[in-house]
Amino acid sequence: MSMSDDNFVGGLTDRRRFLMGIGGAAALAVGHPSSVLAGEPAVPKGALRIGLTPVFLDDQMSFTARWRSWFEEKLERPVAFVQRGSYRDVVDLVRSGKIDFAWLCGFPYVRHRHQMRLVAVPVWRGQPLYQSYLIAEAQNIGIRSRADLTGTVFAYSDPDSNSGYLYPQFQLRSAQLDPASFFGRSFFTWSHRKVVEAVSIGLASGGAVDGYVWETLAVTRPDLAQGTRIIEKSPFFGHPPFVARPGIPAADLERFQSVLVGMAADPQGAALLRRLRLDGFTPGSPDLYDGIARMMATVLKT
Amino acid sequence: MRGFADLSLRWKIPLRVMAAVLGTAVAVTTALLVRDYEDIRQSLETHAKSIGRVLASTLVAPVLHDDLWRTFEILQLAGEAHPASAELQAEIMMVLDSERRIFVSTRPREFPVGKRPEDLGGGLGALADSIAWREGVRQQVLEPTGAAHYFVVSPLVADGELLGHVVLGYAKAAFRPRYFDLVGRAAAVTLLVLMIILPVSWVWARRTGAPLLELSEALSSLPDDLDTARRAKLPVSRDEIGQLADAFRRMIAELEAKKELESQVMVSERLAAVGRLSAGIAHEINNPLGGMLTAIKTYQRHGGADPMADQTLSLLERGISQIRNTVSALLVETKPTDRPLSPADINDLLILAEPAAQAKSISIAVQSQLSAPVPLPATLLRQIILNLLLNAIAAAADDGRVSLDLAVGDGMVRVTVGNDGKHIPEERMDYIFEPFTTDRDKGHGLGLWIVYQIVQQLKGSIVVESQPGWTNFIIEVFHVRLAEEPAQAVPDRG
Repeated sequence: MSMSDDNFVGGLTDRRRFLMGIGGAAALAVGHPSSVLAGEPAVPKGALRIGLTPVFLDDQMSFTARWRSWFEEKLERPVAFVQRGSYRDVVDLVRSGKIDFAWLCGFPYVRHRHQMRLVAVPVWRGQPLYQSYLIAEAQNIGIRSRADLTGTVFAYSDPDSNSGYLYPQFQLRSAQLDPASFFGRSFFTWSHRKVVEAVSIGLASGGAVDGYVWETLAVTRPDLAQGTRIIEKSPFFGHPPFVARPGIPAADLERFQSVLVGMAADPQGAALLRRLRLDGFTPGSPDLYDGIARMMATVLKT
Repeated sequence: MRGFADLSLRWKIPLRVMAAVLGTAVAVTTALLVRDYEDIRQSLETHAKSIGRVLASTLVAPVLHDDLWRTFEILQLAGEAHPASAELQAEIMMVLDSERRIFVSTRPREFPVGKRPEDLGGGLGALADSIAWREGVRQQVLEPTGAAHYFVVSPLVADGELLGHVVLGYAKAAFRPRYFDLVGRAAAVTLLVLMIILPVSWVWARRTGAPLLELSEALSSLPDDLDTARRAKLPVSRDEIGQLADAFRRMIAELEAKKELESQVMVSERLAAVGRLSAGIAHEINNPLGGMLTAIKTYQRHGGADPMADQTLSLLERGISQIRNTVSALLVETKPTDRPLSPADINDLLILAEPAAQAKSISIAVQSQLSAPVPLPATLLRQIILNLLLNAIAAAADDGRVSLDLAVGDGMVRVTVGNDGKHIPEERMDYIFEPFTTDRDKGHGLGLWIVYQIVQQLKGSIVVESQPGWTNFIIEVFHVRLAEEPAQAVPDRG
């Protein structure tokens, strides 16, 4: 497996290559999550529609294309990946039943738990769990703890991300701090990888990032990851799961679940998993996300 | 500059041409470079402004939505638009919000989010001062003094509301390599052209100056060395140099004529002086001689019986007569009254010269156009022609040839007497007409003197042409008004 193949979270440079010039900038702006509403996905009739976001799975067409064809082979029916720029867009598609499955963060799953069904949870380093990392600019040695980030510029990934938004919000509130005034300025990058990028180049002094993404970047894009420093790791939370839309036929759900769970045992599936740096998928259980539910209750209460 | 003024045209003309060529090359190259500088500058500015405009319209949405990261990504993409040409690459790209704080920049460590540009030092403080912040200003190109960048500031306007400004900073230094590259190429082309043009111009300039140099050298040999000056290789053309050369050649010809004239004048003046002197002496001698002869004649008429005295006086009388004849020959004087020259005179002369010619078996070729009497004093003309004929016969070789040619022209007669004797050397020419000048044993050398004096008095001209094998004496005399001679001419007087 080549390095670039492996580099599924490092797609920005590839994209830049064909979005040269100001026209590219304009195109990028048009493709932006906040500027385009999630419309009806154009997919073949009868296809299984699976929603993905770049929040932790970066756009890499070759990888997604191979994964899709693997799904089609295993599910023996057409599969369409529906990609959107933010969790919210995908969540809306799932809730309105416009897509069948989606790979989401635990936070929106918990938030809309009654409208979604848990399908499978990724297994990473042997567990269906991951952490949120609080990272700081590696150069800025003055920042050693969360308290040092007061008044600085802070990068979140997605407002619907657990690791990239909910957890840091929860932490501040637990410490009786107002997240709105604690940082001098905060912004969303709509992607964990870009949080790492923003912090490493000094645009933000600190950021909240998915631990699984950071660890992957530490291997695939050491230049990016080395520009940052972990100053705090959160407790373990349930890994972002695959969920199903409300009213999904039981057969479809079971079929898709078994394909995901059997992925590790399949040679091609295992290869795809290696690129995702995951061990496999497990059916999981909703109580994996109880921790997130508790934090959500605290944060959304105010 | 004294030194240059004194420099020879050999160098001055080529150097001036070189200077003109170099000056032109430098001026043209400089003008082109200045124009190119303006062009590059203009195109950079146009480019920067168009990027600024596109960015300003693209960034409205992310800035309006407070989307810092998206704004950053768009700036970064725009910044990487021209990785190949550094001068088109904005070094500083930032968005200022409506409160003039940095919303985001592509170099967050130097220009952090939330800071005011004027707090960051560098050229940015000056920039903040020079931006016109009011609404309605479309785009500004600013070059704050002391800043290493020039800035294009484009307003971010949404629905007439000023959201902030997009600031693009272009390094002035980044612009230089491209310009220096241009300068280098222009210099190379200019040098190449000069390498071709300079030698050609040098040769041309040398060729332009060459005739002047030749002329100058020829002039410097004047007035003494006319031969060198005449041999100078001067151009034959119709331009000014050609005209100058013509003038020069005319001048040489006139100088030669003048020199010739001068020597002629010298000769005739000398002859005139000799004439005056001899005339004076002749008068002084003639008077006492006349008295002496009268005394001797008186004595002989009344004569004593002393045969010794008679014999002595007779000897004295012959001697004195000889002196008087010689002196009379020196004293040539035309008489106003004479009869006109007629064809018969020529026949007489030939008869007179016949014995001398026969003695040397010389044939005399006569060509005479004289068919009627012409108003010229016959006695003097006869004397001239006879003298010349006898001279010619004397000069001619044995069995040689002598010619007599009489041409009658417009109010004049030309007499040419030639012989095939030894030619007269150049150095003798000036003295040939002086009295008592002869290279022969016989004769007292008065023949040509008499001829000369007569021709002078008739206001005619006499020319000698002598080259090996043939010598001509050419005499031209003009008709005169003649008073018919009342009686036989008296050869002597006083």
